[in-house]
Amino acid sequence: MAPPLEYATPQPPEPAGAVNLRSLFSLLGPFIGLIAVFALFSFLEPQTFPTIDNMVLLLRTTAVVGVAALGMTLIIISGGIDLSVGAQIALSCVTTAWLLVAGVHPVIALAGGVASGAVCGLIIGMTITQIGLLPFIVTLGTFSALRGAAIGIADGRPIYVTGAKWLRSLLDVNSAILGLPPGVWMLLGLSVLVAAVLRYTRFGRHVFAVGSNEQTAILCGIPAGRVKVYVYLIGGALAGLAGVLQFSYVDTGDPTTAGGYELTIIAAVVIGGASLNGGRGSILGTLIGAMIMSMIDNGCTKHGYANWVQQIVTGVIIVAAAALDKLRQRAP
Amino acid sequence: MHGIQKRFGATIALAGVDLVVRAGEVHALVGENGAGKSTLMKILSGAYQADAGHMLLDGQPYAPRNPIAGRGSGVGMIYQELSLAADLNVAENILLGMEPRVGPFVRARQMRDTARQALEELDRTDIDPRTIVGRLSIADRQIVEIARAIAVGARVLVLDEPTSSLTRSGVERLFSVVRRLSSERGYSIIYISHFLEEVQALCSRFTVLRDGKTVGSGRVADTPSDRIIAMMVGREMKDLYPRSARRVGEIVLDATNMVSTRKSIVGRLELRRGEVLGIAGLVGAGRTELLRAIFGLDKSRGGVINLRGRTGSASPRLRWHQGAGMVSEDRKTEGLALSLDIASNLTLSRQPFIASPSSLRKMSRRWIERLAVKTRGPAQIIGDLSGGNQQKVAIARLLHHDVEIYLLDEPTRGIDVGSKAQIYQLIDELACSGKAIIMVSSYLPELLGVCDRVAVMSKGRLGPGRPVSEIDEHAIMREATQG
Repeated sequence: MAPPLEYATPQPPEPAGAVNLRSLFSLLGPFIGLIAVFALFSFLEPQTFPTIDNMVLLLRTTAVVGVAALGMTLIIISGGIDLSVGAQIALSCVTTAWLLVAGVHPVIALAGGVASGAVCGLIIGMTITQIGLLPFIVTLGTFSALRGAAIGIADGRPIYVTGAKWLRSLLDVNSAILGLPPGVWMLLGLSVLVAAVLRYTRFGRHVFAVGSNEQTAILCGIPAGRVKVYVYLIGGALAGLAGVLQFSYVDTGDPTTAGGYELTIIAAVVIGGASLNGGRGSILGTLIGAMIMSMIDNGCTKHGYANWVQQIVTGVIIVAAAALDKLRQRAP
Repeated sequence: MHGIQKRFGATIALAGVDLVVRAGEVHALVGENGAGKSTLMKILSGAYQADAGHMLLDGQPYAPRNPIAGRGSGVGMIYQELSLAADLNVAENILLGMEPRVGPFVRARQMRDTARQALEELDRTDIDPRTIVGRLSIADRQIVEIARAIAVGARVLVLDEPTSSLTRSGVERLFSVVRRLSSERGYSIIYISHFLEEVQALCSRFTVLRDGKTVGSGRVADTPSDRIIAMMVGREMKDLYPRSARRVGEIVLDATNMVSTRKSIVGRLELRRGEVLGIAGLVGAGRTELLRAIFGLDKSRGGVINLRGRTGSASPRLRWHQGAGMVSEDRKTEGLALSLDIASNLTLSRQPFIASPSSLRKMSRRWIERLAVKTRGPAQIIGDLSGGNQQKVAIARLLHHDVEIYLLDEPTRGIDVGSKAQIYQLIDELACSGKAIIMVSSYLPELLGVCDRVAVMSKGRLGPGRPVSEIDEHAIMREATQG
């Protein structure tokens, strides 16, 4: 036998909760941002901005972007991107309206909207993994193609729907349960679900692994391609549901709706602390990011800023959030 | 170059190197992997600065602060990996960054003429300056690279393992270019190579580096190659290599003439339980490709791999299921997900379907203690650990998975001596408990100290696995450096 080696004494285990502290710290930036935006508009518009009614309105407008941003969070953590999420929302919105006009049961129409997004996600995921194209390129293609499909289904004009009252009032204050419309509850419920999947399931950890280092994932026997297809499939389904909510919000099947949402949604995820290089991101961060985006929108309107001012402010905040994150990464 | 020293953190890369190259000679710089050749050449080119020592170029003090200054003083580097823009043409590549211009416009004709002159100097007027570089053979691209160095005004050329990706005829043509440059044109050439027959065919004098020091130099014609090999490998055996009595069991892996998408490997490999099989060979011999083919990382195109009674196509996923695990030679780009924590990395290949992060950390803690990984805890991001501790986690992944077959690619590369000793100890314990281990390494004393048998690879050929009692470093180097 060889003489036994002396192993170094293991260091004492870290105090429990240290990890949670750190993940809380990474959420601190977005959270402070949220508080700051809230404080700013409360100062500018003390009468109309910080009211219960306005906050409920804020949540209603966050629901569509938020639900789609949940899926985008998965996609971005896995190292991908989906530029066509706005078009998927429009396609689902039109599909839902079209199905209702065709006379199907509202539940089927809702499922159809979600399914239309899921099919889009599946196609995107398969194209990326089977042909080996960059997600940026593939979804740049679907960005245009799906918008075209939505306009085609709607025959170039909004589809007006009568009946199916509850499906058209998912975001109405009148149909509120415990003070919040059903669509907002959907956002909250799905957030908990997706966060739990990311944190507690093997699939969730594989998503992080694929995004952090795909080669390592493959070395460890993780079916990286399949993980990516699932991620886009889930992302598509959530975009589909966001489309149904959008239909409910605007009350028509408008094929031109949700234009520019892809930027708002990606911005929400990035403001929430996700890395476009993959491997990093959180659902809570994304929710805060989505809140910040709709708060800016809402606050600027309340204060009477023109649309173009909002757009400039939004753009500056996206870059500032990414720059802050970069600084935070550099600091130990 | 005199008394050159360089350290990186706690690692001493060069501990006093002398290198004297005369005008108009081809000077061989030889040494094992990690002896310090590349570091020395980076100091010569200006990419690194020496911590101590001085350099003279044509009798003048020479201390380039960066590669541009080095190039300006007349030192041209031609690296193993060529650095040409594949979509530009030959003339554009040769004059890249110093195009003759009129205002914002380049003078295309003048560029072609300058490029043609440089190629004439090399007697390679058959290469048209207007050809797109991507269409040239590897050998011709190398010529373009040399022409670029000449066009810049280099008087000293460094060729770093230039033949590693050349065919026989490519090598011949390169040699004639090199001979012409040195004897007819008076260029000084530093030629880095592992292949002693190339050194003998081409070089007039040589310098041997070992462990960051110059251990010998002289005229090639006066020195038998065995003597040069002795200089390359002769070092004190001060590391600790435990090797307990092992009981060798049944064959778990039997692979013959593997062909993968990356390389075809001629030869047969047999691995039994309870033994450590070492794979020696030079960089580029196909050792990593051998492991990748076995593990299913590169798709199989032919040959037979029988792993625990199963043949046919393989994937890493299947191999883990069969109880085989691999440690990659490249921790940073393949072995570990650096932005994730220790627990995720350690348990990545085998995780419960549903598990809380804290339960994964609990699983990891056992292996962190077993391998004495120095860390604040399993939630620490792995990129923050030292190389040795990162490597322990990479190996701990296989322990956590409880595999029977260990494929270790350079498991001790770039890590501190303490960690190395612990890994040797672990390998010994695993072999004693009936695991089967393949260890690829460029460090011969470690192979001879840890393994039961060693097989040598050379240019895609895998030699027989010989018991370590029947071979020594000289025999391995001879087998590895033969063409």
